[in-house]
Amino acid sequence: MSAEDDPDKARRFRDAALAHLDDVYTLARYLLRDQVDAEDAVQECYLRAFQHIDSYRGPAMKPWLLAILRNVCRAEFARRAQAPAGECGDEQGAAGPPLWQEPQQSPEAEFIRARDGDTIRRLIAALPPPFREAVVLRDIHNLSYREIAEVAGVPVGTVMSRLARARAMLRAAWNVEEGSTL
Amino acid sequence: MNCSEAEVLINALVDGELDAGHARDVESHAAECRNCADRLTALRAMRDAISRAALKERAPAHLRARIEAALPAAPTPRPLAAAADSWRLSRRFFAGGFAAGAALSGVAAAALLFAVVRDDRDQRIAGEVVSAHLRSLQPGHLTDIETSDQHTVKPWFNGKLDVAPPVVELTARGFTLLGGRLDDINGETAAAIVYRRRSHVINLFVSRHAGAEHGRKVSQFRHGFNIRHWTDEGLDFWAVSDINAGELDEFCERYTAGLHPRAVPS
Repeated sequence: MSAEDDPDKARRFRDAALAHLDDVYTLARYLLRDQVDAEDAVQECYLRAFQHIDSYRGPAMKPWLLAILRNVCRAEFARRAQAPAGECGDEQGAAGPPLWQEPQQSPEAEFIRARDGDTIRRLIAALPPPFREAVVLRDIHNLSYREIAEVAGVPVGTVMSRLARARAMLRAAWNVEEGSTL
Repeated sequence: MNCSEAEVLINALVDGELDAGHARDVESHAAECRNCADRLTALRAMRDAISRAALKERAPAHLRARIEAALPAAPTPRPLAAAADSWRLSRRFFAGGFAAGAALSGVAAAALLFAVVRDDRDQRIAGEVVSAHLRSLQPGHLTDIETSDQHTVKPWFNGKLDVAPPVVELTARGFTLLGGRLDDINGETAAAIVYRRRSHVINLFVSRHAGAEHGRKVSQFRHGFNIRHWTDEGLDFWAVSDINAGELDEFCERYTAGLHPRAVPS
């Protein structure tokens, strides 16, 4: 029976998928670095997920949704810059939009945390795409190496070397930012 | 091991992805290599700073609304009356099946039908358990009483339920008690005891067990959530979480062991 014929199944799937909305949105923000594009990509991701509800076999829904989101983002990159298909993203020059645009002011109570967070966020957002993706999936989404490999469609060994490179770059940038040695 | 080999493995060590043997190798290399020891310290500090900064974004409410509106077969939460109807329906089905089984030849046929119907009921309750788990994850819904003290959570349920749900202290075992809440499963009030492992919430629903059978344990995986169901001491237990199956099994074992301290060899 397909989801269209079974409103109960559709509802359960919808609830389960929407529980990961913040995760999906977070990855979209980091991959696309633009709020409006991120929102469109997330919506497209959920529509695609819903079209494939009958082919969903698990295991975990979060990596499955993130993998769909990633494919949506790649299409967006291709549209943006006619980048080669294998390349996930573009390097932004000085003329490009800022790396991270805040949608609105943070509430007063969260201000201190948000400012620390802003620095780290900017540093992560400045990493080249495959490395940025690896760090975001590991350190923000808490995915295991195996799950990251699943989302990114690469072997676990590639995930490991990307994470090592990514953190080496992050550490270097971090030290410049803080003017101290970490 | 040289430093460039160590670099990749140090990252995996920090991420908790190394087996014991490799972890030992990396640590003994770092003990002799200043460079790698610094790297290990720096990576840990960076990981902690990132996790403290709570970088996960919250999706704007208008985006959620947009997606809900765009998805087909959108939000019509099943009304309570309809839920009650489907329960009556499966009871009727059960009664019919039982009559047919008796008329045929006996116990085995009836037992088979019983199993089929009960499974159907378990499936439905599992769906409700997942929904209740998802509801609990909405902001402000997780706990009615928030405390890590089992001696506060347990009395809080007094008078609110027809059972006294056992609250087991598992913090030392890696499952932090967050508190308790009243919830509704299968049209009956159930105690929800809430635990946390890392950033994962585990809801344990406890209610009175209506049937006679005990000890049967059922594992399910639905919509990205692992579910365990068992009965013990006249109580029905449903544990649900997005942690992996092995860790949820561990949780159930620890909890059950806590219920029967004498039965467990130390």
